[in-house]
Amino acid sequence: MNRSKPRRTGRRHPLATVALIALGLVFTGGGYAAFSSSTAQAETVANSQQTIDEGEKLFQANCATCHGTGAVGTDAGPSLVGVGAAAVDFQVGTGRMPMQMSGPQAQVKPVQFTDEQTKQLAYYVASLGPGPDIPSDHLSNGGGDAANGAELFRINCAMCHNVAGAGGALTEGKYAPPLTETSGVHIYEAMVTGPQNMPVFNDLNISPEDKRDIITYLKYVQDSTPVGGFELGSLGPVAEGLFIWIFGLGAIVAITVWITAKSN
Amino acid sequence: MAQDEKSGTDIAAAGSSHAEHELVNAGTAVIDPDPFENPGFPPHRHRVTDENPKREKRAQRTVYTLFYLSIVGSIWAVAAYMLFPIESGDPTDIRLNNMFFGIGCALALLAIGFGAVHWAKSLMSDVEQVDERHEIGGSPETQAAAAKVFADADEESGFSRRSVIRNSLIGALLAFPLPAVVAFRGLAPQDQIPVPLLYHTMWRKGTRLALDPSGAPIKASDVTMGSAFHVIPEGLAELEHGKLEEKAKAAVLLMRLDPNDLHPSPGREDWAYDGIVAYSKICTHVGCPVALYEQHTHHLLCPCHQSQFDITHEAAVIFGPAKRPLPQLPITVDDEGYLVARSDFTEPVGPSFWERH
Amino acid sequence: MSTATPATAAPKRSFTASAAVYVNERTSLAGFVKELGRKAFPDHWSFLLGEVALFSFVVVFITGTFLTFFFQASMVEVHYDGSYVPLKGVEMSAAMASTLDISFDIRGGLFIRQMHHWAALLFVAAIGLHMLRIYFTGAFRKPREFNWLIGWVLFVLAMAEGFTGYSLPDDLLSGNGLRIIDGLIKGLPLIGTWTSFMLFGGEFPGTVIVGRLYSLHILLLPALVAIMIAIHLVLVVVHKHTQYAAPGKTQNNAVGPPILPAYAGKAGGFFFIVFGVLALIASFFTINPIWNYGPYDPSPVSAGTQPDWYIGFADGALRLVPPGWEFVLFDRTWSFNIIAPVAVIGIFLVLAIAYPFIEAWVKGDKREHHLADRPRNAPTRTAIGAAGVTFYAALWAAASSDIIATHFKLTMEGVIHAIQAILILGPFIAYFITKRIAIGLQKKDREIVLHGYESGRIVKLPGGEFIEVHQPLDEYDRWRLVSQESYEPLMLRPNAKGKITAGMRLRASLSRWFFEDRIAPVTKAELEQSKHDHH
Repeated sequence: MNRSKPRRTGRRHPLATVALIALGLVFTGGGYAAFSSSTAQAETVANSQQTIDEGEKLFQANCATCHGTGAVGTDAGPSLVGVGAAAVDFQVGTGRMPMQMSGPQAQVKPVQFTDEQTKQLAYYVASLGPGPDIPSDHLSNGGGDAANGAELFRINCAMCHNVAGAGGALTEGKYAPPLTETSGVHIYEAMVTGPQNMPVFNDLNISPEDKRDIITYLKYVQDSTPVGGFELGSLGPVAEGLFIWIFGLGAIVAITVWITAKSN
Repeated sequence: MAQDEKSGTDIAAAGSSHAEHELVNAGTAVIDPDPFENPGFPPHRHRVTDENPKREKRAQRTVYTLFYLSIVGSIWAVAAYMLFPIESGDPTDIRLNNMFFGIGCALALLAIGFGAVHWAKSLMSDVEQVDERHEIGGSPETQAAAAKVFADADEESGFSRRSVIRNSLIGALLAFPLPAVVAFRGLAPQDQIPVPLLYHTMWRKGTRLALDPSGAPIKASDVTMGSAFHVIPEGLAELEHGKLEEKAKAAVLLMRLDPNDLHPSPGREDWAYDGIVAYSKICTHVGCPVALYEQHTHHLLCPCHQSQFDITHEAAVIFGPAKRPLPQLPITVDDEGYLVARSDFTEPVGPSFWERH
Repeated sequence: MSTATPATAAPKRSFTASAAVYVNERTSLAGFVKELGRKAFPDHWSFLLGEVALFSFVVVFITGTFLTFFFQASMVEVHYDGSYVPLKGVEMSAAMASTLDISFDIRGGLFIRQMHHWAALLFVAAIGLHMLRIYFTGAFRKPREFNWLIGWVLFVLAMAEGFTGYSLPDDLLSGNGLRIIDGLIKGLPLIGTWTSFMLFGGEFPGTVIVGRLYSLHILLLPALVAIMIAIHLVLVVVHKHTQYAAPGKTQNNAVGPPILPAYAGKAGGFFFIVFGVLALIASFFTINPIWNYGPYDPSPVSAGTQPDWYIGFADGALRLVPPGWEFVLFDRTWSFNIIAPVAVIGIFLVLAIAYPFIEAWVKGDKREHHLADRPRNAPTRTAIGAAGVTFYAALWAAASSDIIATHFKLTMEGVIHAIQAILILGPFIAYFITKRIAIGLQKKDREIVLHGYESGRIVKLPGGEFIEVHQPLDEYDRWRLVSQESYEPLMLRPNAKGKITAGMRLRASLSRWFFEDRIAPVTKAELEQSKHDHH
């Protein structure tokens, strides 16, 4: 495991990580421990009391209106005790939180906080109760087995997110977002926390290494050149059909007009 | 039906002076007794290429340039085939090969096409040909001759006269394809009939629920709140034959809800285990996998035809074309804490079929 | 070309002439060339749409032949070991693996495969547009009814070709498409269960369906398409092409460039253009990236699972059925959520095929029609066509309800309810709007014939009155506007037995529906009258 160059930086004390693990072990069963140890050890940067204090300030100023003081939840927003750092990093780091308006689901918006502030918020919330941590670079860097990841992605994810990660519709205006630009860390966090209506994929359902493979596949799709040319949004036959009618047949009809026009 | 026609049958069609039309019934068409005269062809307008030798030369140059360009395209396609190998397997290489080979082919074809059309339009004579039309049915003489052929053939063969021969032949012709019909029974295995197969799946009492695709068994404690597991029966992954056929019936989605959210009907209270429920993944409409689980609404959505099922109410249909709820797999745990089926599904899974009741 | 002259009698002859003589003396083709070589082919852009269909079929045929050399129509399980990384080592059928090899490991293979698929989409689209042209210009009238029918057979065969074709790679998308077909067939009363069982050679998905579809796709269906195209074209030659009314063009002639050389130059060139456009599309645009979908497995499915566009209307019909249309009756399951869409599509098809015969019966017109109608001059037919197009479009749009929902930020349920409403109400609205527009255009044509074009020049009369000067039409322009057929509603009269039958009543009411608000074309007398008024 290469932990020398974490992608996400922050100032956290190594001991805080250990403390977090200890806390996690107290509150959860042995099965859960496997997960925590494999992800939390990635946090090599300080996760100090100072970070948590900074996070608390940010939380009181930006989040407490809906989630309540101490993140215990209000009518406007759920309790965040026990959601873990991963949930906060995902929701805030993708711009979903703070929410601008209520709707079928939280929209992706320009990110409101710096990486550092996001981490402070995350560790403040993590300090309130044990939950999934932000994954290590190893798990989120896309260095796994793409073929295994692709198979797991098709079985567990493609029905909502589309096989090429182009996204898809859910009920009543909700949707599964496209994964075409999502970072490995956020993909990982989404799987372990189950944001919005997405189910949770815990480590006994899809192991951390399998999650790594899924990210590897998605990174492959994001980074590799499409072999056949432009992909028309990866929307499948609908886009292809519209293309052939509008551009294919359209161009050919224009040519028929030229062919049969009287030459001057 | 001539008598209910408003117009007479002896009036020619509008705009027609052709003698052959005069006896044809025009139905309810309004025939103007004094129609406008067809003014005939307008004077022929010459093209610039007809009048200006310079323009003619230019058009000629355009045409042969296009044809030469086509040769360039063909040669380029051959070159691109060799210059852009794909054996590295790198997607970029494949894309370049596809694109450059394709551009060459497209140029070769389009240049021939545009060249030929331009040649036809600007250099070939643009004087239009006028063909006379004739009645499609042919002249009365031809029709009479054809009728005579049939009459003679009938007379010579006795097709009408020898009615027993004729009728027995018709009977034979009707009967001879019958063997072909039974031969098609062999399209499906001779020793099987479909209905019993549709009633059963691989699930048995005590079969462990296993992860798709690895086949690892699942413990009840693994299934945390809000989870969705894609499940196959244990042993399916190891099947030598008929794996996909079994999977097409046995695929299951496992979810854990708050037990208070479930509303089991009488007799089905023990089909769930501590809020963990297992439902067939095969849509009762036309069989797509229904796997889009929303963990807060507890709705399952089919991505093919948008049927929606409410897991809190035994997967009852709440939207879309499906009628029946998804069949529930009764589950419990074994001594080691693994989830197991209590029995097979109690009804056929998947799309409805005629013999289902 | 002197074909009858003995070879020895010709002192000096070009190579082509000698070759022509050589061939003719062994084939008697001279008569054929004499008959057809200078046939006139009327020229109008919309007359080339059928050729687009024909040419794309040729492209499909050529590229498809190439693909058969590499494709393995087998469902034997193999482990993929080709170039595409995310599928390495994955178990899949030989059909899927060989399609991946065509795409990733054979140079130019992806190009040919993409061209084949794009050409197939264009083939069906061009047939559709061609049929719309035939319908809206009344080119299905006597003597062309059979060709209308053959055209529909070709349309259905083309859809079958398409479906069997895109099911061959045995990928997840097409596999789920076959799963839907299996469910659809099973839902049919009486024959459903056994039909599915025999088609798939046992339980779905089985191990034979790809091979069977392959036989249909490359043998039976192309043969039928080729035969139908041949009959279709022979009939076009027999009938001679329709033409629009124009100066010099009448019911009794066909006017256009001769087949040799001008038409051959244009049509031959056009073939290469269609081929070239498809090649261009295939080099730049991905179609059906089966590597994204992976091999078929009954458990996964992708969001946005749709068929190719021409099957979309059927998929849409399935989506639009409201909940609960399935009953157990007489100990049998009646899946009206399947029977109803199938029946609706069947009735739509039958009505469309039968339309020429219905219109001919209503009109009672037994004459041949070789002049294409302008759509406005047959307002009811045009309006019926618009209603049919709207109905089809609603079914078609329904097949992409989920994509419409995500891309326009709507709810999927709302989209489906809206399309359900459009399916029922849309055809009526389209009918009335179209008819109003057509009648309005007819009235405008009358105005122009009677009073000339508006010149935009305002003149002050001696009395102080301002009038716009109207530019009178020359006789050529006028001819295009006055040469049209017109029909009146049928008046019911007792037949020879003094009775009015139910059939006659139906015919009279249909006739009234068709023609009651007809706008009569301008007559000579009216034009004279109008000229007098102006002076």
